[in-house]
Amino acid sequence: MKYSADEIIEVVRMLSEEDLDIRAATLSINTLPFVSDEPTKVLNKLDSLNPVLEKFSSSVEKVSEKYGVRIVTKRVAVTPVQFFLEPLGQDGGIKIAEKLEDLAESNRVDYIGGYSAFAERGFTKGSSAVMSTLAEVMNSTKRIAGMINAASTFTGLNSEAVRRFVDQIFMMKPEASARVAILSNVPPDSPFLPSAHSGLGLPEMSVNVAVSGPGVIERVIRKASPSSLEELHDLIKRTAFKITRLGELVGKAVSAEMGVEFGSVDLSLAPTPKVGDSVAGIIEAMGIEKVGAHGSLSALALLMDAVKKGGSMATSHVGGLSSAFIPVSEDSVMSERASEGYVDFYTLLALSAVCNSGIDMVGVSKKQGKDKATGLIMDVLTLGVTLNKILGVRIIPVEDDPGSMIDLGGLMGKVVVMNLKNANVEKFVSLKGYVPNTVKRLETG
Amino acid sequence: MENAVVVVVGADKPGIVAGISSELASHKVNIVDISQTVLRGIFAMIMIVDISESKMPLSELRKKLQERGKELNVEVLVYHEDVFRYMERI
Repeated sequence: MKYSADEIIEVVRMLSEEDLDIRAATLSINTLPFVSDEPTKVLNKLDSLNPVLEKFSSSVEKVSEKYGVRIVTKRVAVTPVQFFLEPLGQDGGIKIAEKLEDLAESNRVDYIGGYSAFAERGFTKGSSAVMSTLAEVMNSTKRIAGMINAASTFTGLNSEAVRRFVDQIFMMKPEASARVAILSNVPPDSPFLPSAHSGLGLPEMSVNVAVSGPGVIERVIRKASPSSLEELHDLIKRTAFKITRLGELVGKAVSAEMGVEFGSVDLSLAPTPKVGDSVAGIIEAMGIEKVGAHGSLSALALLMDAVKKGGSMATSHVGGLSSAFIPVSEDSVMSERASEGYVDFYTLLALSAVCNSGIDMVGVSKKQGKDKATGLIMDVLTLGVTLNKILGVRIIPVEDDPGSMIDLGGLMGKVVVMNLKNANVEKFVSLKGYVPNTVKRLETG
Repeated sequence: MENAVVVVVGADKPGIVAGISSELASHKVNIVDISQTVLRGIFAMIMIVDISESKMPLSELRKKLQERGKELNVEVLVYHEDVFRYMERI
């Protein structure tokens, strides 16, 4: 036999028992040719995407059935809506969002990402219009996602963008705020939401995939119980290779079926609220009793390095964020540790130094005010700018008190409302202008 | 040659091999190799099958085999060989 029984059973176990699957297949489409100063023209041109989206959905379904591999979500990333709103202003935003929602719904696409804008140094008519309509758009749709890139190592950090973002998310329903994020250094080819958009420099169309297999890594560690750090690193690296290869296979197959270019695989580990599908679970399997305890950062850094080394061997097309997401509500162990007090905002900030998590899917109480949330976001984006990393914040403002838990259901899980430090930061976060780009920028010259 | 991997999980009793292989044969699927192991603590049979002569898409064949598996009281899993080639070989 070409494969040993053990090799076959290993793969079968990963796919049938340990929740190894493709988290998302994301079709990136250049929609710039649809830009016009007449809204009806834009909407009519967007209609031409119907057959493309239909073909994408059926290609994903076909590949999933052929290989026997689950592809959990089908997503589409469009050119940032900012470019459409440069000539149209904010009235166009709502209409475009409604059209995109219709396109997704009628073609079995779970989400469309790209209600997005870039505002690291300041606002244009288009980016300002995206920002002003974010709450209205997210509250009135279910499948649209968006991001604001408010900081970059190249350009700096726009504090006004952060304040306006906080104003918007404070007007959103919890389910709506889960579809928007504010980022630093956003990549052009992320298959994950809310960061997914069709960025500059990409071909007309390409397929990017995201894999999800934290459960596989956790179980390998628990079973082998390695006795040295090298052994632990090697074990993770080998497993990450296998997980990423599945992404490479599916990405190439969907691209071939669509007749478009294969974009990239995002190596990131991504959890689901299901028990045994948790990134925090891996840290705990490594010997940290409760994630957030001292040693967690070191364990996460080792995990990330091994995932990247194994993953980069498995695909020549690395893209997206390619690290680890630890959206607190979407990770059952993380959510539990947050409610027990082992994980707070500062723990998440520290962890962000070695992965891409940022502050993701955490509740904040509206009673604590907007300034503290603004300060929190500025901290994460500053870390991104200073370390030259992709980092983001996706917080869920709610009426409840810190310490409460809100069940959003499905993939979004249980949101823990974390306590923001109770001191006044109004003066600093209200300062006008932007934080200048750092000396990191000069290293590129 | 285009191969698929068929894994049959269930009690080792007479008739299972015959039942699954006759289903495969009726769709012009040839058994290339067969071995047995233990999965989840129970008997499992692994078959490498050649699907290149079969007119049926793998998703359809999976359905047929799973229906047959139900009658035989065993679970049948079907994957394309590429999955194993990608994940277990460099």
